[in-house]
Amino acid sequence: MAAAISIEGVSKTYRLYHERNQSLKGAIMRRARVRYESFAALDDVSIEIPAGETFGLIGENGSGKSTLLKCIARILRPDAGTIRTEGKISALLELGAGFHPELSGRDNVYLNGAILGLSRKELNSRFDDIVGFAGLEHFIDTPVKNYSSGMYVRLGFSVAINVDPDILLVDEVLAVGDEEFQRRCSEKFAELKHSGKTVVIVSHALGSVRNLCDEVALLEHGKLIATGPSGEVIDGYLSDVHVDRVADGEYGSRWGSGEGKIDRVEILGANGAPATDIHTGDPFTIRLHYAMSESIPQPVFGVAIQTLEGFTVTGPNTRQAGAVPDQLSGTGHVDLRVDRLMLAPGIYDLSVSLYDYSCSHAFDFRHRTMRFDVERGNPVEEHGVMALGGSWEGAVESVHP
Amino acid sequence: MLKSKLAEYVDSGDLTVNLTLRELRSRYKKSFLGWSWSLLNPLSTVIVYSIVFAFFLKIQPPVGEPSGLNNFAAFLLCGLLPWNYLQGSMNASMGALIGNSNLIKKVYFPREVFVVSAIGSLLVSFLIELGVLCAILLLMGNMVLPWIPIVLVLVAIQTFFVLGIGFLLSVLNVYFRDVQHLVSIALMALFYSAPIVYPISVVPDTAHIAGMAIPLGTIYRLNPLVQLVESYRDAMYDLRFPPLLSIVYLIAWSIVLMVIGLAVFQKLDFRLAEEV
Repeated sequence: MAAAISIEGVSKTYRLYHERNQSLKGAIMRRARVRYESFAALDDVSIEIPAGETFGLIGENGSGKSTLLKCIARILRPDAGTIRTEGKISALLELGAGFHPELSGRDNVYLNGAILGLSRKELNSRFDDIVGFAGLEHFIDTPVKNYSSGMYVRLGFSVAINVDPDILLVDEVLAVGDEEFQRRCSEKFAELKHSGKTVVIVSHALGSVRNLCDEVALLEHGKLIATGPSGEVIDGYLSDVHVDRVADGEYGSRWGSGEGKIDRVEILGANGAPATDIHTGDPFTIRLHYAMSESIPQPVFGVAIQTLEGFTVTGPNTRQAGAVPDQLSGTGHVDLRVDRLMLAPGIYDLSVSLYDYSCSHAFDFRHRTMRFDVERGNPVEEHGVMALGGSWEGAVESVHP
Repeated sequence: MLKSKLAEYVDSGDLTVNLTLRELRSRYKKSFLGWSWSLLNPLSTVIVYSIVFAFFLKIQPPVGEPSGLNNFAAFLLCGLLPWNYLQGSMNASMGALIGNSNLIKKVYFPREVFVVSAIGSLLVSFLIELGVLCAILLLMGNMVLPWIPIVLVLVAIQTFFVLGIGFLLSVLNVYFRDVQHLVSIALMALFYSAPIVYPISVVPDTAHIAGMAIPLGTIYRLNPLVQLVESYRDAMYDLRFPPLLSIVYLIAWSIVLMVIGLAVFQKLDFRLAEEV
């Protein structure tokens, strides 16, 4: 199939200024030489993106994936190499870019549409669709400065999806918003995919990249590490970054009155030792090390596992399990033991808590205290957040004995 | 390369119109008098200058030849409106890229569009002001109507002229922010370098400095601004054809400025999204 985007040997260097020099005096004194350090954001990257494919760019922060997207969108120009594209490009890097607060929603639709490359005629014919999709019929003649942030984003998104490009570039910033909005995004991307458009997505959310994308490219420190079918590359990525991830320190928020604390959280593997890798279907134990500064009656321990998007997969606690001690003081640990971890491959955040019996007073709450990755295991189920672990029977029995 | 650039410019037509409308619509939003300000501004300048130059300093406006018009306000406006357009365009183009940094970082289209739309919105105001001036001149008995095509040709030449300067200033100001301070000084000097508030007749042909005779009048007339103001005045105040040489001279300047402006713009456009 013909390539919609072919990237050949692209490098991009940023200038990190030691002393920002935006005055002529400074330029003359240094004989027009500005002191800066070069930073290679992209280093000799070559990728072919076939037409009609949904393609993901993944990697850690600072890997250069957003820079690459901006180079494809021609916002940034590469220092070396070429990027050739076939067809009309639209980049969704920000919703409502160019909205003017004093102008009405109507004027802004025309303005924003023109910025995204729509002609006035196209906008006239799509105007009702755009306003209808955003659900802003009653407010379309109100200045957008009076819009709520939700209305603002809806109108921006509505204009953007009606651009109807051949190539759509999407940055992960789009993944923010409420669930309804995210669902609409996903639906729209699926629709674009069906109509044979090329979509390039930059994302952290590996779960959705896996489901949405045919192929992905993995970048690290500006270099292309791997490219291929999304499942393979993402699994390779997860097994690479995984060990670091389990050792990740606290990066979420923490609150509570502090009479009792959860000092440390460990994830243990099959043999009771700290896990180095976690697979679907493996035995799995979360160990909560507590330290009480006074005796606490009927403490309740809880854990919650969430996706990066904030969806709570599960949230068991000791009260619901009927395992609450009368009193607890000093130090010790509580384990949540799971025989078979039925999480689908992906990245998850772990939150832990210590509450009183009424579950209304928090002694200690560590929100998103640890991030861990689950890799493909047994059962092999990749979609969604959980594995059912069921067995297929009937007419398929002969195929998979 | 050039061909694709041209195709891009053509494609950006709608966008340029939309951005120009944005400028126009937002310029007088939330002001009580709204669009009247576009006319009140030059009017107030005319009142102040008339008091200072015509009344205090007793500068006599030349008698229009062959129109016979002799009115300082009309004389002043014929030079002041083109000057305001030039000055406004230079100031607006310096803010055109910096003020749209968010768009430059998030969406791609030819960045020249920002400069064109900034100046385009001023062109619209300028044309309205010229229309009002023509009405005033008609009321004074100056039959300016047959000369309007000449005025429009001058407007077109001046627009190319300011676009060239605008491309240059817009992108230079991104890299060196004190361009705007230099420009404000230059504008002050430029204003008095052209016969806007005074008639060209007060400029001596030769000046004697340190015993040397300097052909001041000739040097003075090399300033394209002098030719521009004189040409507008020929068409609207005196009701006669501007000298062909002046027109050719102005066209040459416009082309040179446009070529330099676009070349520098293309060169510095490279890192614009990072620097702006």
